[in-house]
Amino acid sequence: MEFFEDWPQYFEVAINWSDRLLAGLWTTVQLTLFGGILAFLIAVTLGLLAGSPNRWMRIPARILIEFFRGISLVVLLFWLMFVLPQIWMRNPDLPLRDLVYNTFLLGVIALGLNYGAYGAEAVRASLTTVASGQWEATTALSMSWPHKMRRVIFPQAWALMLPSLSNLWIHLLKGSAIAYIMPFVSDFTAELNQLRRPTDIWFSHAFIGLVVYFILALILTLFMQTLEARAKHKLGRGPSLKEILSPAPKAIPSEAPATARNTESTNMAGPGAPAKSPSEGGAR
Amino acid sequence: MMTSRINAAEIDDPSMVDEEEIRQSPFWDWDFAFDAFPDIFMAFLEVTILVTVIGTLVAAVLGLIIAILIMVLPRPLAWCVRWLANFIRMTPIVVQLIFVFWAFVWMDALTIGIIVFGIHYATYMSEVYRAGIESVPKGQWEATTALSMSAGRTWRKVVIPQALRSTVPSLGNYAISMFKDTPFLLVIGVAEMVTVAGEIGAPVFRSTEVYTIAGLLFLAASYPTAVLINRLEKRLAYAH
Repeated sequence: MEFFEDWPQYFEVAINWSDRLLAGLWTTVQLTLFGGILAFLIAVTLGLLAGSPNRWMRIPARILIEFFRGISLVVLLFWLMFVLPQIWMRNPDLPLRDLVYNTFLLGVIALGLNYGAYGAEAVRASLTTVASGQWEATTALSMSWPHKMRRVIFPQAWALMLPSLSNLWIHLLKGSAIAYIMPFVSDFTAELNQLRRPTDIWFSHAFIGLVVYFILALILTLFMQTLEARAKHKLGRGPSLKEILSPAPKAIPSEAPATARNTESTNMAGPGAPAKSPSEGGAR
Repeated sequence: MMTSRINAAEIDDPSMVDEEEIRQSPFWDWDFAFDAFPDIFMAFLEVTILVTVIGTLVAAVLGLIIAILIMVLPRPLAWCVRWLANFIRMTPIVVQLIFVFWAFVWMDALTIGIIVFGIHYATYMSEVYRAGIESVPKGQWEATTALSMSAGRTWRKVVIPQALRSTVPSLGNYAISMFKDTPFLLVIGVAEMVTVAGEIGAPVFRSTEVYTIAGLLFLAASYPTAVLINRLEKRLAYAH
């Protein structure tokens, strides 16, 4: 197996190119962060609208969700990249002309719309999963809609939706690798592909790429697990972060480490783990 | 040998497009749409559906094997299988496709696509199976011990039939998800629907119709399937 003997040499090439690889990695991180933020905003907006009892809010939201979920990410990206600019080509006086030619921005929008629609389904499902007594109580206290959402319903739904949002964010990170085919955007995968030229070997670099993506996904998972532990603690359903992180939990004798271990083992299932709660049922 | 593969993912630079010509033409041209439709639809049937169907079959079988291996193998080996599955699940299918494409240069790109999609989704499906197997009541296992059934017989006749029932909707959802991921195949140069659509549109500088048709085909196929799976899920839930 001579190519295994050559591996050190390939890794050396990768190290020599580390500037460009890091630049590409930074692009990927930006795509993931901005795409994730946009997706989250879209998910919450569409999810709240789709869960509303008012038909005129619910039905348009449902149509948008089904549309952006059903269309493939690549098709959405190509449509934004190649079809949308044609409107501006025919009408050069329209505003926002520069934005339509900004492929990075289009990539963020495509990722945000596609995964935001998936997230909306998770948000809607977790809102319906919040115990009906909680909804009734807010009505009994005649709370206004923003008040009850902010203080009662959303904090509970938030803890329920975090596992599926975490999965979706990792899906978004993985989906961002398709930015590789976009002109004028050099994400991590694109830079790895550039590395093929000096060595004519791809697989060792693709392997480095896989490991880096895996580490990124692990970081995202850890971050979301932290958020989830915090959300649960705020609802009084679990140890606080301090208790989880402290090496010798004194306040809670035996339960705290057990709970911490439990969340870890279930979440290690990674993205796309099967529905653990009803909130995840419609995620895909 | 290594250089024999051309990278089909490098698409045309959009700055090559003649803007003046585009400005003269209408935004949407029905005649062109009707001309382009048959070829796009054929690519849809021949590649997209083929990859989805065979990929789902591979993933469904392999996923079950992975789920069972994690449960029956001795601990260190099971740990390795589990983390390998985690690794495959948490890394982008685009990079995986390219990795396998260059690692197995003698293989045809379509076969590689099917294998990679099969393995990638098998790691998702293994989690579905794991949850299904765990949902089989403990009494069932104890009963097989009481009847002194062999391990193979326990799995084949008792556990798997009960575990599979609840997994069908989730597996269906992953099949749809795989279906929508098939355009990723363009990174290894498989002539799937979106690539074919682009190739039809490129020579005449028309991308509106071809990409819209491709998107509508995806919607037309995935939405009804999703609705069906949703109904099936509800029915299975009531039956319990």
